[in-house]
Amino acid sequence: MVNLQKRYANGFEAVPGLDLQINDGEFLVLVGPSGCGKSTVLRMVAGLEDISGGDLLIDDVRVNAMGPQQRDIAMVFQSYALYPNMTVGENIAFAMKLRKTDKAEIKAKVAEVAELLELTPVLDRKPGQLSGGQRQRVAMGRAIVRQPKLFLMDEPLSNLDAKLRVQTRAEISKLQRRLGVTTVYVTHDQVEAMTMGDRVAVLRRGELMQVATPEMLYSDPANLFVAQFIGSPSMNVVRGSVASADPSGITLDIAGQTLRLTGDAAGRLSGLAARVGEDIAVGIRPEALEGDGDASIDVLVDLVEMLGSGKLAHCTIEAPSVRSTDTGVEISERNESTVIASLDPRHTVRAGERVSFTLDTHRLHAFDVTTGAAIGRS
Amino acid sequence: MVEILKSLSVVAVGIIGFIAVLGGLYWLASQLPEPWRERARVAVFVGPALILLVGGLIIPSIVNLRLSFYTGNGLSPTKWYGLGNFRDIFTNDDNLMVLRNTVWWVLVVTAASVVIGIIIARFADKMRGEPIAKALIFLPTAISMVGAGVIWNFMYATKGNDPDKQFGLITYFWMKLDPILPGHQGPNYWLQDKRFFGIDSNWLPGVNTFFIMAVIVWIQAGFATVVISAALKGVPDDLVEAAKIDGATERQAFFKVVLPYVKGTIITVATTILIAVMKIFDIIQTMGKGGSFGTSTIANEMYEQSFTQDNKGRGAAWAVLLFLAVIPIVFINSRNQRAMREGR
Repeated sequence: MVNLQKRYANGFEAVPGLDLQINDGEFLVLVGPSGCGKSTVLRMVAGLEDISGGDLLIDDVRVNAMGPQQRDIAMVFQSYALYPNMTVGENIAFAMKLRKTDKAEIKAKVAEVAELLELTPVLDRKPGQLSGGQRQRVAMGRAIVRQPKLFLMDEPLSNLDAKLRVQTRAEISKLQRRLGVTTVYVTHDQVEAMTMGDRVAVLRRGELMQVATPEMLYSDPANLFVAQFIGSPSMNVVRGSVASADPSGITLDIAGQTLRLTGDAAGRLSGLAARVGEDIAVGIRPEALEGDGDASIDVLVDLVEMLGSGKLAHCTIEAPSVRSTDTGVEISERNESTVIASLDPRHTVRAGERVSFTLDTHRLHAFDVTTGAAIGRS
Repeated sequence: MVEILKSLSVVAVGIIGFIAVLGGLYWLASQLPEPWRERARVAVFVGPALILLVGGLIIPSIVNLRLSFYTGNGLSPTKWYGLGNFRDIFTNDDNLMVLRNTVWWVLVVTAASVVIGIIIARFADKMRGEPIAKALIFLPTAISMVGAGVIWNFMYATKGNDPDKQFGLITYFWMKLDPILPGHQGPNYWLQDKRFFGIDSNWLPGVNTFFIMAVIVWIQAGFATVVISAALKGVPDDLVEAAKIDGATERQAFFKVVLPYVKGTIITVATTILIAVMKIFDIIQTMGKGGSFGTSTIANEMYEQSFTQDNKGRGAAWAVLLFLAVIPIVFINSRNQRAMREGR
């Protein structure tokens, strides 16, 4: 996609200009909050939506003007869009029938796909008689039977219940690896994005915020939006300031407490040295609190939630929270914010206690308070 | 004025009386001991409807069936004729023509109305001004058959030999075609023309029958368009998009995905029109002069035999035939309704 644009007749700019390269065989996830334009991008790739500007290239061929029929792509819809009047077998065979594929070949291919997706017993049923999970697999089968250049998936798991979703998520990942077909997958669910994608592209209001591997997105978010969108519970971000910087390290001031970064921790955020005296947004992942740490921070525990595999402590800290919004960065007016710490289930902390949590300064993040851009190495 | 008030007061007294009787019966039923109370209440409410159904439909049907085995004049013919009336229907040339006409009516009008309905619904969909266009197309459905007959009598009217003096629109255009088309397009009394553009066949109705059919198509296509259009709007966009991604052209997507999706609605529309066409009567009366010039149909013949020819037995036999012919359609329709309810 080169400067891909989508403008509607009423002047609304859904996608102002998107540059994105998808590699052969890659599983790329487009993720973002609802209304971020991810489905529009997918529909433009599919040919279901006109492209207002820029170029869309598939295998170096510009396909802007081609209809969906000519692009050799397959798509799995959120609603599955199975043809209700056809049996499962006919649904899967439909594309090949339209291409006048040899009957024996169609039969063999359908049988093969049905076997792969465990649909053999229901081949003669109509979609109306299937369970949600089976319908989802038929939609997958319809896509993979043709061995297209590109798979497009538009929130294919959102109509499944939570348990089935986790199971199907893994199945789709395995299937994609096995078939090796380039895949673009749209979801609003960051867990799906992180677990499935080789790379994840985070979109906001039609703009690409960051595209990177899931590990990179988590550990090295390019801006506040990505930092808070990826991860659950999301990253704690509060306003702090750079108190001082010298060759041996950087000192931060958060909620009246000082944090001293030295060595690698200071090197990672050396961009802060130029901002002495300025306000910054400091990000701390819930997982970076109360583990192996080289510093500490005092908080008041309000609530402890037991999750089984861990505990979540909701704590108060005397610093305004910083939040990424649709229009930019918003700093709370209250000089107090909630910070969540992800703890070991055996941790004995209780609500109402004032405690000091250890903090790993190597896992701190810093952002500009006006633009939200990450501050890293200078 | 006094007359109107009188009629209104009679109606009012009737309604109040009916309510009073029902209320009284209901009150009486409520006084009964338990096992009988509920049953009596049901009887009070279902009773009147049942009486109307039995008295207005079932008994007349049985009387009609009996009548179809008799012959003779007068209100109640007494001469036993067995299946004679039916034999006459299936052997007499005039009667066979009536059957032939009805078959043509059913095939042509139903098919044409449904096909035109589908075509208009398809191409009007998402067009600018669609609601107005559909309202105009639907308008004829609201016109009474007699009214439509009168209007179209004017359309087909012929007056003299001068094309410019014609007030019948069809005749006017027909005569204007004379210099363009081969052959002679002279003035024609369409509704009296028993032949089909010069072809005289026992199997083919005259041009007059087809011209009368056109009026019903004009009426029924509006109904078909509106209902089918509503069904088309219910087809999820996803389905068409999926078909396109699967490689279907617009046309293939329409025929292989969209039409099958609305199949149930099309069957309902077709059977509804079919039944209406089988009972076609008023338009034959107004445009075919009561079935003259070879335009008669079963329902028209039923009336003509019973009341104009005073042959109640034959009229009853036509009615029995009509009833038998409708049964399979009702059956198809109810099966289709069930299939639609159970989901595709």
